[in-house]
Parts: sequence; structure tokens; C-alpha cells
Amino acid sequence: MKRVVITGQGTVNALGGTVPETLEAMREGRCGIGPLDIRDVDRLAIRIGGQVLGYDPEAHFNRQQIALYDRFTQFTLIAAAEAIGQSGLSFAGDLAAQSGVVLGTAGGGMQTSDENYRSVYEDGKNRVHPFVVPKLMNNAACSHVCMNYNLKGPSFTVATACASSNHAMGQAFHMIRGGAATVMVTGGSESMLCFGGVKAWEGLRVMSRDACRPFSANRNGMVQGEGAAIFVFEEYEHARARGAEILAEVIGFAMTSDAADIVMPSKQGAARAIKGAVQDARVSLSDVGYINAHGTGTAANDKTECAAVADVFGPHADSLMISSTKSMHGHVIGGTGAIELLACIMALRDGVIAPTIGYEEPDPECALDVVPNTAREADVSVVLSNAFAFGGLNAVLALRRI
Amino acid sequence: MNVKDRVTRIIAEQAVMDVAEVTPDKTLDDLGIDSLGLVESIFAIEEEFDIQVPFNANNPEDSDFDISSVAAIIAAVEGLVAQQSA
Repeated sequence: MKRVVITGQGTVNALGGTVPETLEAMREGRCGIGPLDIRDVDRLAIRIGGQVLGYDPEAHFNRQQIALYDRFTQFTLIAAAEAIGQSGLSFAGDLAAQSGVVLGTAGGGMQTSDENYRSVYEDGKNRVHPFVVPKLMNNAACSHVCMNYNLKGPSFTVATACASSNHAMGQAFHMIRGGAATVMVTGGSESMLCFGGVKAWEGLRVMSRDACRPFSANRNGMVQGEGAAIFVFEEYEHARARGAEILAEVIGFAMTSDAADIVMPSKQGAARAIKGAVQDARVSLSDVGYINAHGTGTAANDKTECAAVADVFGPHADSLMISSTKSMHGHVIGGTGAIELLACIMALRDGVIAPTIGYEEPDPECALDVVPNTAREADVSVVLSNAFAFGGLNAVLALRRI
Repeated sequence: MNVKDRVTRIIAEQAVMDVAEVTPDKTLDDLGIDSLGLVESIFAIEEEFDIQVPFNANNPEDSDFDISSVAAIIAAVEGLVAQQSA
């Protein structure tokens, strides 16, 4: 089996337009959640989100590109440019043929769907722009990364709701580990902060109107975010031979299905995925120093997740740290696992654990070290990233310092 | 139909039971209505009466809307309907 390392990372999200900006915000425990600036916000009951504010597409793309790229694709391409730029890779010949792209998204081009439904249903127009389909399709972002960087190997998009990017990165990991690819560009993107996107979540009545406070006894729901994070996964010997800077090693991945309920999480399903990732990584449970939690800020998730961690780790659950950065960037749905992997890599490389902000009251059902409100310096060598999706589809990644 | 009968009909439909079985003393648990069923019932109540029900699925016990029994739900809806016409 091949070893898999990360040699590039990029992002745009509510905390920043680059990885350094995002990590600085996470270190400072800054909140990227605020009033939504979207059309018809006055018709929404939920009016906050982790929105990428002040974003100017024209600063990044020309008119033809903007006509073809939904906002989720734009975020993907900006993050991919940063990640691939950092890796120093360019793709030609055999390397291009052996390198691909696997991305996660839940909603795909939802801004495009929303705008065009509005145009035909509300405005009564009978003609839409010719690029609606290629803009809204879930694999649009993946295909544009392929085209922009000449990536010609295995490439596709994964949609498993809130676990999409973890499933995508798990596939990328497997592909390199099994020898099917040398380099995989992977991660995820979401841009659901439009009227229809927020309205749909509102209907489920699990959204907070004021803040995302994971694990805090007074939490009252989740807050949506938007953005993308993209990584370059590379076969270890290939990275070493070219003297690439290695950010971390991906050492394990596990996925499970609850087979139980379409929205309620299951402790057993989550626990099996966490344990499976540790076993796949061939490390012991006591090696795990930090977990980036799914930590949505809903009662159902937070209690179940803490119980699963306690079950899997036993007494060691009390000595590891577990934080939810969704408190800062919001729940980026299909892109969230990718943005959260940035916090995992920061923990390994910089020895800084991103905090769970907005934490106000201890909850006896979430009695773990959730790194409340302030980032912490800590020496950790193995970390996990949890993602537990609606539909009971769970995906957990394990990373190691290198 | 009065508020009580209309709410009972909505709950009975969700529980897939006869209206006669949905007595005021029953809890949602008794009726086999889970969290999704509850959210769907509240949506149906909002549509039926054109009201806004203050309910957050994260902490139902902290919501202003009492769901502890069929009688409690009926009383809460009656209150909201009265507020609306006031």
C-alpha cells in the first residue's frame, strides 16, 4: 500500500479568502457568522449565516468564466489555485493521466437553480440562459478543476449531504493508497446561502436564529455557511522525490451507514466510523490527540457525537480535545469537512487547536474537552475529522504529523 | 370544525390513526409520532390556520409551544389563533 501525504491546501470561506487568513481567524477564535446579505432575506425567519462577504467574482474571473461558473465552482477554483500553487505541481504526460479530482458538494450549483427558478416561476420568463445545466450540475466544479489543470485521471463528485467532502477525500486517499493515482486534487465546496437554500433548511426547524454554539448547553441549532477547501493529496514517494513540502499524512479513513433514520444520527454508526478510521490508520486509540467534531450545534448531533466518542475512546476520551469550528465558519454542508480539515492540519503542523467558540454553558451530555472559546497550544501527532450526514452516512478521516 | 377537531385531524393523519383514537391525554410518543412527524405536523398546523408556530426542533421543551400532549398542542394552537385574530 502506498502512503498518502498532503502537499497543498487552499480555501475561501467566511473566515478568509486564503488558508493563512482562515487559520489566523481560527487561532483568534473569530466568528465569521453574521447577518445574511441575500435577496429576499426579509422573507426568511433565519437571517444569519457564515457568508463570504465582499466577494468580487470579477477580481478572479473574466466575463465568460463568470457566465459559466456557479458560485460553488468559483469558490472551488479559487481554493484549487491556492492548493495546487502551494504544491508546486504541474500536470503533463503520465502524471496528468495518473492524477484526478474527487470533490464533495451537496447542493452543487444551487445559486444557479435558485436564480433560474425565480426567473421562470416568479418573473414568468420563458427563456433561460443556455449555460444553466452546465452551471448547476454537481460535477461542474470537479470538471473545471480538471480542465484548468489538465488532470486526466479518475475524477468525479460525491454527494453525501454533510459528509460529502469527507467521503470525497476518503476516495482520493483510497485511490492513491491503492495505486490508481499519483496525485488527487480533493475537498469540497458549497454555496447554499440563497433564498431557496436557506428557506429549505428553515423548514426543518433545526436552525439557530442567533449563533452556532456547539456543545454548549444553551445551543439552539445550526447555522449555514458557504465556501470551499481544496487539498493536493500525493503519493508519499512522489512527493519526497521532488522535495515537496509535506503538510501532513493521511493515514486512515472509514465510512459507515446507520441504516436507521433519514435525519436523526446514530451513536453506533458514528462510533463505528470513528473506530474504523483509527483501525485503518493502524494507530492506537490513545494516539489520537484531537478530533475536529462534526459539532453542528443541534441537540441531536452534539449529544450523539459526544456519546460516540466516549464509547470509542473510553477513559482516553477525557484526555483528548474535540472542537467544532462550525461555530466560526458555519456549517458548509457538502464542503464542511474540507474546511475543517484545515483545522486538523493546523493542529498537527502548528500545534494550535482551533476552539469551539460561542461556548457559554457546560452540558453534562457533552462532557468532553471541547476547547471552549480560546485556541490552545498542544502537541498532537494523530487527529481525526468527523462528518456525520443526514441519511446516516458517516465518514471519518485520520491524519498524522510528518 | 373547531380548532380542537382540526388539530386532532392533523395529528391523526400523521399518526395514521382514526381521529377517535387521538384523545387529548395522548402524548406524541403514545401516537408513535417521531421528530420528523412532529415537524411535519407543525407545518400542517401552520398551513391550516395560517399562523407561525414558535418551535425549534433542537430544544422542543424550551419552545413556547407546548407539545407534551394532544390537549397541550390544541391549547397552544387555540392561543396562537386567538392572538392572530386579536
